[in-house]
Amino acid sequence: MDDKRFLGYPPLRMTSTEFLQQLINGLSLGAFYALIALGYTMVYGVLRFINFAHGDVFMIGAFCGYYLSPRLLPHFTGWMTPLGPISVLVLTMLICAVLGIAIEKIAYRPLRSRPKLTVLITAIGVSLFLEYGGQFVFGADPKSFPELMPDRALEGTGALTITTTQLAAFIVTISLLVALTFIVKRTRLGMAMRALSNNATAAALMGVNIDTVVSFTFGLGSALAGAGGILFALSYPSIDPLMGLLPGIKAFVAAVLGGIGNIPGAAVGGIVLGVVETFVGGSAFSTYRDAIAFALLIIILLFRPTGIFGRAQIEKV
Amino acid sequence: MLELSNLAVNYGSITALHDVSLTVEKGTIVTLIGANGAGKSTTLRTVSGLLKIQRGSIRYEAEEISNLAPHRIVERGISQVPEGRMIFANLTVRENLLMGAYLRKDRNKLASDFDFVFEIFPRLKERSRQVAGTLSGGEQQMLAISRALMSKPRCLMLDEPSLGIAPILVKTIFQKIVEINRSLGITVLLVEQNANLALEVSHYGYVLETGRIILHDRSSALRANERVKSAYLGGR
Ligand SMILES: Nc1ncnc2c1ncn2[C@@H]1O[C@H](COP(=O)(O)OP(=O)(O)OP(=O)(O)O)[C@@H](O)[C@H]1O
Ligand SMILES: [Mg+2]
Repeated sequence: MDDKRFLGYPPLRMTSTEFLQQLINGLSLGAFYALIALGYTMVYGVLRFINFAHGDVFMIGAFCGYYLSPRLLPHFTGWMTPLGPISVLVLTMLICAVLGIAIEKIAYRPLRSRPKLTVLITAIGVSLFLEYGGQFVFGADPKSFPELMPDRALEGTGALTITTTQLAAFIVTISLLVALTFIVKRTRLGMAMRALSNNATAAALMGVNIDTVVSFTFGLGSALAGAGGILFALSYPSIDPLMGLLPGIKAFVAAVLGGIGNIPGAAVGGIVLGVVETFVGGSAFSTYRDAIAFALLIIILLFRPTGIFGRAQIEKV
Repeated sequence: MLELSNLAVNYGSITALHDVSLTVEKGTIVTLIGANGAGKSTTLRTVSGLLKIQRGSIRYEAEEISNLAPHRIVERGISQVPEGRMIFANLTVRENLLMGAYLRKDRNKLASDFDFVFEIFPRLKERSRQVAGTLSGGEQQMLAISRALMSKPRCLMLDEPSLGIAPILVKTIFQKIVEINRSLGITVLLVEQNANLALEVSHYGYVLETGRIILHDRSSALRANERVKSAYLGGR
């Protein structure tokens, strides 16, 4: 994910090694966007609204890692060392899941039958609350994220640079995506989630407790965002309470790219965005790197208003 | 078994049901007929807990069930086949049926229930892995009925099962409804625009007009009723 080193020199023509390197960097950045985009898309699927506070849950995830690491890591020594970062990750995901569920219960649920705009504005309020509450609690100054594991380049990859952090982040992301697919495709609650996003009234008529499924969805999405916060902080180890803004917006773009409400779409949208952004970052246009996300969004939506995988389908609720 | 008394229901400032009282006896087929906008679907939606009651009460097996959440209603054995079918278009036929069995505790019996609904509607078996949105309208209706049966209801409410379906298939579907009632002893509350057919298969009928029950009688008697004949049976 460490694609910063390419920001410096814009190669006119890429060698195949450089190309491969950029692809790897892009994929890992994209996998990370995918993790966050999934939360947006799942919540949209069940409630038809954009949870603008999602990026801030990601920030809280990074801060969980920051405060948990020094307390947990020393307990794991010897062969147990790898369990240290894993326990930080799992605990962070749990905390973020609880936070997401609480946000929905306290801020969104009482407004569920109100116009969507009301809930949207509330979401922006929650987002600001987390950002400035975060500044109050954690301090506004950037903090340097602790090393969860030794960060070094892997050997035997030839001219390519792949770091241990990159590899770990990649493995974690893939495992989470596989686990999520399993939950959504194979479990009873996952099926209820899909049914609810398909037709809320019918789901209620089947005996689905809507509140339970909505809580479950927020928990799931927020846990992924929490994991995303840790992975992001591993590669960009300076964290602050406003760090959720840009990645949050970009992941939202990724979700829209893939077709909001579409789970595989969010994953693909994230990957596409990550790869494109990294290649632009490595080119002569590197200064436009952040703008590219939005340019891509506008272009794709011009040609496919419902996103890459979106169905042109009007849901009657 | 199911008893609605003096039910009043609003959509915002619009009153859809003014005063609806009806009784569904255990083991019977009761039909609710009426013109467009009379409030038939509203009545069923209210029983299912989708709408809040303004006035009146709903009792089921001597228990007050007004204003319970929809899943509490399903839990008690009342299941609905909604108007327009409302199948889960992105889920497979099999998954739709599993959703019907969502609250079932005896999950080890699901396999035999699959066999059971496939026996009633063999067409669904061939298509069990197909995404439900690609089924034809008639097949979707069969799926909607089967899905409701998967919850093992004691009371089944159907909202216009004949809507948008070829006459020959309508006949089959009504035969199946009678079969479900006879062989399984499931009580049926049937909402229909096709009053002819509904009064033919049912034991008792209610006529709803702009949110009020204006007439009720044994179905055979309603079929002979001049008012019903001229307004709902095509004047024959
Ligand atoms: N969501 C809604 N919001 C406002 N008014 C509604 C809503 N749904 C139904 N109504 C009104 O309530 C009344 C009863 O509607 P309902 O759907 O129960 O009629 P129906 O008897 O089922 O008609 P149909 O035979 O056309 O299905 C109608 O006047 C309708 O316009
Ligand atoms: Mg209706």
